[in-house]
Amino acid sequence: MTFSTDAQASVIAILPEILMVVLAVAVLVLDVFWRVRERVEIGYVAGFGLLGIAALVWLIGTPQQSGELSDQLVLGGMIRHDDLAQIFRVMVIVAGGLSCLITMGMDRLRVRGDFYALVIISVIGASLTAAASDLIMIFLALETLSITLYLLAGYLRNDDKSTEAGLKYFMFGAFASAFTLYGLSLVYGFTGETNIYRLGRVVSTGGLNDPAVVIALGLVMVGFAFKISAVPFHFWTPDVYEGAPTPITALLSTASKAASLGLLLRFLLAVFPPPDLLPAALDGVKDYSVLWVELAAVLAVVSMSLGNVLALVQTNIKRLLAYSTIAHAGYVLVGVAAISTDKSGDGAAAVAFYMFMYVLTNILAFAVVILFADATGSNEIRDLAGLSRRSPWLALAMTLALLSLAGIPPAAGFVGKFLLFRAAIDSGLVWLALVGMINVIIGLYYYLVIVKVMYMDLPQDEAPIPVSLAHVWALSISSAGVVLFGTVLVSPLLDWATDAAHALYVML
Amino acid sequence: MVISFSGVLTGILLTPVIGAIIILLLNKESKEQARIIAAMSTGIALLLALGVFFGYDVDAANAAADQGQTYFAFEDHVKWIESVGISWHLGVDGISAPMVLLTAIAGFCGVLISWGINDRPREFMAFFLLLVAGVFGVFMAVDLFVLFFFYELSIFPMYFLIVIWGWAQTRQYAAMKLTLYILVGSVIALVGLLAVYFKAGEATGIYSFDFVDLHAAQVAGAFDTPFAGSLPDAVTTAKLWFPAIFLGFGVLAGIWPLHNWSPDGHVAAPTAVSMIHAGVLMKLGAFAALRVGVQVLPEGAKVHLPWIVFLTLINVVYGALIAMRQRDFKYVIGFSSVSHMGLVSMGFATMNLTGMTGAGLQMFSHGVMTALFFACVGMVYDRAHTRDIPSLGGFAQKLPWVAVAFIIGGFVSMGMPGLSGFVAEFPIFVGLWDGPAFTPAGDVIDSFNYYGLIALIAAIGIIVTAAYVLRVVGQVFFGDFNAERFPRITSITIYDKIALVFLTFWLVLLGVYPRLMAPMIESGLRLVVASIQGGG
Repeated sequence: MTFSTDAQASVIAILPEILMVVLAVAVLVLDVFWRVRERVEIGYVAGFGLLGIAALVWLIGTPQQSGELSDQLVLGGMIRHDDLAQIFRVMVIVAGGLSCLITMGMDRLRVRGDFYALVIISVIGASLTAAASDLIMIFLALETLSITLYLLAGYLRNDDKSTEAGLKYFMFGAFASAFTLYGLSLVYGFTGETNIYRLGRVVSTGGLNDPAVVIALGLVMVGFAFKISAVPFHFWTPDVYEGAPTPITALLSTASKAASLGLLLRFLLAVFPPPDLLPAALDGVKDYSVLWVELAAVLAVVSMSLGNVLALVQTNIKRLLAYSTIAHAGYVLVGVAAISTDKSGDGAAAVAFYMFMYVLTNILAFAVVILFADATGSNEIRDLAGLSRRSPWLALAMTLALLSLAGIPPAAGFVGKFLLFRAAIDSGLVWLALVGMINVIIGLYYYLVIVKVMYMDLPQDEAPIPVSLAHVWALSISSAGVVLFGTVLVSPLLDWATDAAHALYVML
Repeated sequence: MVISFSGVLTGILLTPVIGAIIILLLNKESKEQARIIAAMSTGIALLLALGVFFGYDVDAANAAADQGQTYFAFEDHVKWIESVGISWHLGVDGISAPMVLLTAIAGFCGVLISWGINDRPREFMAFFLLLVAGVFGVFMAVDLFVLFFFYELSIFPMYFLIVIWGWAQTRQYAAMKLTLYILVGSVIALVGLLAVYFKAGEATGIYSFDFVDLHAAQVAGAFDTPFAGSLPDAVTTAKLWFPAIFLGFGVLAGIWPLHNWSPDGHVAAPTAVSMIHAGVLMKLGAFAALRVGVQVLPEGAKVHLPWIVFLTLINVVYGALIAMRQRDFKYVIGFSSVSHMGLVSMGFATMNLTGMTGAGLQMFSHGVMTALFFACVGMVYDRAHTRDIPSLGGFAQKLPWVAVAFIIGGFVSMGMPGLSGFVAEFPIFVGLWDGPAFTPAGDVIDSFNYYGLIALIAAIGIIVTAAYVLRVVGQVFFGDFNAERFPRITSITIYDKIALVFLTFWLVLLGVYPRLMAPMIESGLRLVVASIQGGG
């Protein structure tokens, strides 16, 4: 197999990252030269800069001659420039941009240019993660993403909880990275290849030692499970979510997760492909895909169930959303379990669609949480009481986010869940779809409890919650996305996600 | 993109949505404007719905049924999510046209009845309009994904309306119970729907949620093969998934033993919401069970309805007996709904044209009647602040309009000739007596046709109904008025009067002129009855 040597194609493939580096530098420079009075607006530069880059990524699309794998593998096979990379890149960059905008609601962080620069750098990591197709690049991208997030989680140095969150995330993260790295090095050691498409061929046909492959797969999966906070690697999630500055919680639960899932889809199918994706002529093909399908299904069941059940008893909104994130990792893994047997790409398309709507939904929820916490100094659910009397629009936005998380129309979560379960039933995993649906109902309970508190209970303080202009932007963009992608714009997004899914199955 | 578009149905659906958006954009103090906009948008929807009802061409529907083809009027058919086989396909057939009208009537009257709500009327009206829109969507959906979409969509405004404006003592419990019950049912039905969808796609190559395509697949025999290769031949798709779909949606229709949410929900809900809830929402369950269950999987209906009929029998008799025992005025009506909705499901279970037409009429008749009942209960409760039947009395002197309306509703409930209840219940009993006429006979009722026996037992329910209605009328509206306990009973408002008269009008109209609706419903059912009775 050859890689594309077209220099122009290479530059276009990483143009978003190049632009984001420029943006990060620009933010740092402005941070130095702007006075404090001007610097309160610096979040707009970072936020709209990122949103603009996201729009650009969407406009660029993929190379015209796409369909041929060798044209899409650029920079010596480090990056694959395909629809899957594009859709996940757009997701993470949008998540970063909206996180920047909602940061502007926090007085302490609003003027910190370095904070925004770190957010942008972590988005670069996330964006490269979504496109990486080489073990080296995978590790570098993941570390760029992680290390900046460790810093950001512990950014509020005077706040004990934030410091704790940073340290905890770092310890767990370093541990998981070590596992991943060990797994990747085993894979490299057995095959002598670093490009995932090349080494996938060797893994399938090279007559490798079975236990060795299983161990490598297991180790890599540990790393992924940690990143998407699937049970049993979720222990860090509630504490870090609670302690980290809320925009970073939003970023952690969206960009970091989406990028890791994009990579997970690509990595599993490329390195451990089901035999019918390989050319028919090969001899001695071994099928390791059964292993990871089962692994994903098991992780899905435990993540959904444990996440939802533990969320039932939470009293802190950030912790509740953390457990809900764990449950949602489970839902998405239902789609991951469906990708190997489903050549039509429904499973992967469902995952991409789901993550897209999930990014917008979660940002919407955290945007409200920030405003509320800033105004009242509390993250307790009971203090949300009477939000609908204080700020009807905020209550409505939060309700929309919660409905989307619960999977109730017209929010996009309904279509997302529908597509995931449809894909699962299509690949013969009817039991998994049923477990998922039971979990949806458990989830609905605690989401509705929050809604009840906001609408029914009486507030202690009648004053409306102040909303900054940047927040209005973030709230409008994300809530418009949640409604539109659940109704009239389902088809364009799903078509894109389906293209991305098809790209996934284009292999050697 | 656009296959056909008449715009009427989409218009009916969007009118309340637009109304809700406008209301939300008003400022906090514009309470009266919110009410007026709500009344206007439901009024426009009502006019359009009347247009659809009277514009429905029964002859064309019958002609299509003779050809063995599905028929939908006023179709709006636009591509939506093409890659999954979902389209924005709305249309009304003989069953759904009366239901659309019912929704419009109940929605419009609900707004009038809720005129007095003073706590956040903006939000109330907006959620109420969304609820009405969701209900419209279910009745108009030809694409079954669209049906499911709106089915779920109508549940969450319900939760809000009950939990915020409901009866303070039980609203949290009742709202959550209702929502979870209905959603459990709906996800079970969804699994069934997806199974049917994939099976139809496998057999015909067209993966589509459109009822027309699924019906074609059914005619082609797609659901008569084993669901999965490993299953024995007898376990066909239709037989395996029919109970999931029928009972899953049946939760909302209040089928015993899944009815438990319904009396609590009705009682806790504010008056207008009880009206929509018992009046229209429960029909949603029955309608969806008919459309997705019986019409798509008639072969499954043949196997399972002969035992489900026993559940409906328990509904009718047990619901009536429990209603008899209630002290709370509103619980009486709540359980009477369980009983009357049992008659609807029982009508489906007769699987012949007479009985099923009766069920269709009963859906409309019970919808209007229950809406009227709950409106009356609400008006009494708003003034007396108690619903304890023994402590009320003599309210006919103070609220004559309410008393007359309630008594007419009561007569409908008892099945008095000349009113819509008779028109609806009589065919159901005739249909029951005839029993399902399969050729060849179904597996279960080969030896003994027990449907006549069921008709006899169900008649007990009617007698008990008369007893509890008369008891309530006697104790609440007649007898001595306790002037000390109720010093100030104000008369009802003009909006209330309009609503009461309007609801009563339909009960009488359908009673004296059943041809208004019966042939229409019949035309919508001929195809499914033919496939139940004709197919092997």
